[in-house]
Amino acid sequence: MPRITVTVDGVKYEEDVEPRLLLVHLLRERLGKTGTPVGCDTSNCGACTVMLDGKSAKSCTVLAVQADGCDVVTIEGLGSNGSMHPMQQAFHEEHALQCGYCTPGMVMAAIDLLRDTPDPSEDAIREGLEGNLCRCTGYCNIVRAVRRGAQEMGQAVRTQ
Amino acid sequence: MTEVGRARRRKEDARLLSGRTQWTDNLRQPGMLHVMFLRSPMAHARITRVDVSAALGLPGVVAAYSGQDFAAEQGSLPCAWPVTDNVVIPEHPPMATSEVRYVGEAVACVVATDRYRAADALEAIEVDYEPLPAVLDMNEALTPDSPKVHEAGNQAYSMQMTVGDIDAAFRDAPVVIDRTYVQQRLIPSAMEPRAVLANTDGDSFTLWSSTQIPHILRVMLAVVTGIPEHKIRVVAPDVGGGFGSKLQVTAEEVLCLLIAKRLGKAVKWVESRSEGNLTVHHGRDQIQHIQLAAEADGRIRGLKVDLLADMGAYLMLITPGIPLLGAQMFNAIYKMDAYEFGCTGVFTTKMPTDAYRGAGRPEATYGIERMMDELAAELRLDPLEVRRRNWIRHEEFPYTTISGLTYDSGNYEAATDKALALFGYDKLRAEQADRRDRGDPVQLGIGVSTFTEMCGLAPSRGLGAANFGAGGWEHGSVRMLPTGKVEVITGSSPHGQGHVTAWSQIVADSLGVPFEDVTVLHGDTAISHKGMDTYGSRSLTVGGIAVLRACDKVKDKARKLAAHLLECSPDDLDFADGVFKVRGTESQKSIQELAFAAFLAHDLPEGVEARLDSDATFDPENFSFPHGTHLCAMEVDTETGMAKIRSYVAVDDIGKVVNPLIVEGQIHGGIAQGIAQALFEEAVYDADGNLLTTTMADYLLPSAADLPEFVTDRTETPATSNPLGVKGVGEAGTIASTPAVVNAIVDALRPHGVHDVQMPCTPERIWRALA
Repeated sequence: MPRITVTVDGVKYEEDVEPRLLLVHLLRERLGKTGTPVGCDTSNCGACTVMLDGKSAKSCTVLAVQADGCDVVTIEGLGSNGSMHPMQQAFHEEHALQCGYCTPGMVMAAIDLLRDTPDPSEDAIREGLEGNLCRCTGYCNIVRAVRRGAQEMGQAVRTQ
Repeated sequence: MTEVGRARRRKEDARLLSGRTQWTDNLRQPGMLHVMFLRSPMAHARITRVDVSAALGLPGVVAAYSGQDFAAEQGSLPCAWPVTDNVVIPEHPPMATSEVRYVGEAVACVVATDRYRAADALEAIEVDYEPLPAVLDMNEALTPDSPKVHEAGNQAYSMQMTVGDIDAAFRDAPVVIDRTYVQQRLIPSAMEPRAVLANTDGDSFTLWSSTQIPHILRVMLAVVTGIPEHKIRVVAPDVGGGFGSKLQVTAEEVLCLLIAKRLGKAVKWVESRSEGNLTVHHGRDQIQHIQLAAEADGRIRGLKVDLLADMGAYLMLITPGIPLLGAQMFNAIYKMDAYEFGCTGVFTTKMPTDAYRGAGRPEATYGIERMMDELAAELRLDPLEVRRRNWIRHEEFPYTTISGLTYDSGNYEAATDKALALFGYDKLRAEQADRRDRGDPVQLGIGVSTFTEMCGLAPSRGLGAANFGAGGWEHGSVRMLPTGKVEVITGSSPHGQGHVTAWSQIVADSLGVPFEDVTVLHGDTAISHKGMDTYGSRSLTVGGIAVLRACDKVKDKARKLAAHLLECSPDDLDFADGVFKVRGTESQKSIQELAFAAFLAHDLPEGVEARLDSDATFDPENFSFPHGTHLCAMEVDTETGMAKIRSYVAVDDIGKVVNPLIVEGQIHGGIAQGIAQALFEEAVYDADGNLLTTTMADYLLPSAADLPEFVTDRTETPATSNPLGVKGVGEAGTIASTPAVVNAIVDALRPHGVHDVQMPCTPERIWRALA
């Protein structure tokens, strides 16, 4: 059984894994990182989105062995010192979640979107989040939240 | 500032936003095993052999079972709504024993140490089938020589009601519109797939499930399995959306409980999305034949509705009642002299249908709102003008409709006027005329939907009259903790709606305590011992009011204690902002001081217990009737068939509002789901009865890129059936938006001779309608 080394939310793990084990199952079943849910198994819904070496990836469609040597950040690893990441805070302020099942993936995808487009238009946000489905909100408040998150993050960068 | 009416950010969010969630799939129990089901690949077949023996020797496999292994104890999945005297409720074994009637029906299962090994072992199970003919088309199913889904035939029930002289209404009517609309089959698609975890200590059982109905489920599991009710605890932990799809008693819940019982171990089952598309109950699926007779000036004389409703293979919890929830809604906000409604429930070899957001009311609203546009077109009137000539005027409330409901309040004129202003109706009509004149390949259509609906299910008396197998009350309790903090328990079981926040606002106002001092518990029958759960937009109008009533009782108890401690008559006390004050003096006791005094119990008056805690049930005398006007502008490319929403305005009247932020969110999400029916979604079966839309790659749920910004606003006509004046909001958007969108598409294409496009209105269908 292959042995992999993977860092998840700042903690290094060494795990023996079956080659077929999905990254999301490594996170959820082996490491207890249940903050990242599974929504569709076919990488359509994006609920399982995590950061893999700084880029968003749908962890239901990545094998754990492919993450060998990688740095993974999940929704549980955002924020610091008990406070929320600006994007999480923006989702709260704009009521951009209802049941919350798509939220971890949506927040990760939104942060990834801002990496390329720090100040996105409404259309750019809608296009950018196309790979993440939400059944509750109708997306209006998610779009507002991403705009607010972008402004807050831009502000933070300028302050630094 | 009062809490009710305030846009409080949700208490629920921090946990959900940081991954500290309790989805059923996140839960673990010591020694827990994993269950997977083998499902029928045939739409209809006799099972001649199931052999699980090869699975048993495989690594990690603990047990494997066929339907026969459960035959003696699995009972029949319940239908709680025997709608008519002639209804046929077939046996519905949780695991098929001798015959399968839809693709996806469970025929065997494996219990293994983890889900990968369980999946491997499923491959080793052998099942022999003797194929039987699939029954897929409702009209064909009702012909005498159709193959039968069940021995008793393919008609599940039929019912008919007529009010007024329907023949007179149609005789010599200047205008008769006759249309047939198809409500396609939908897959509810809550983002969280179902999951069940069952455990036992050998005597009693705990079942965690991604369900909307922990309380109803507990009762039903006892009835189905024979395990005594007091030995079953049901927990709905975090539930990731439902939209009616988790208002069900499922095969997997029953079977996981029975497997846990048999093995004496905790077992978990988690649905894959493909399993979910196959086996979570579907929604809609009706053929509606509608005839409308009107005067030459557009006033409606009578309406005839004849429905064929696809039940699928079995009657599940409230399957047969879903189309009948529309029976009193086709007449909508309009006055007429006569009304006839008939419905035939039909069995087919497909997944059973049941509640999906709106449940019967979207179908009815679509039918009538499409017909009103057809009537307007026939008379060359503006669609809003035809509606104005027929709707109940605001001064006519309360108004008893032709179908027998009494609408307590409403103001259709006000909502419509507001929507028109926000939409820029006249300007868009002018643009439409211009594009028509120019022969612009991209035409503009304007869709109108002036909807109402009946929700807040309750009242119990009415549900009883409709043969519904349960009441419609809700339960709430309020515990005053010694430190003055408040613990609220609600029987309404949320799955994303924000009950914790909204109930905190209601309680904060009623008891005069800080919003932050209130906590709300729910979803566990060991904590919330009574409840009727969440569906039919009932939580606030029934459950929220039950909590309010419990607060009233807390204050009654507190008043007696305060009077004793302040040495006055209870009548001399005024209560405001959480403080009882002796009228005309400075003597006072706060509710927190009284909670502590009750806890100490050192000085209680005669007949007062050592607690202020109270509980209450509420059962309203009537449904609530939200209404509104939704307007949709649609750009339709006549060369490609591509339709794009240009703008969408919704003005909803849901009475008083507890939290405008949550209300707006419900409206947004509801509109999106209704638009999805109009433009994107359809469960498709092939000619052999195989579901083709088994993944989210095949079943098109809209993404952010597929939807526009919605402009929403409200008018406020308080409901009179509850003390807060609130109406339900959970389903309104979905009910309203589907006809608004399709009306807009048809309006764009009407000069091209198009008067209908079948949903979902894909570019191909629009393009073909134009050809």
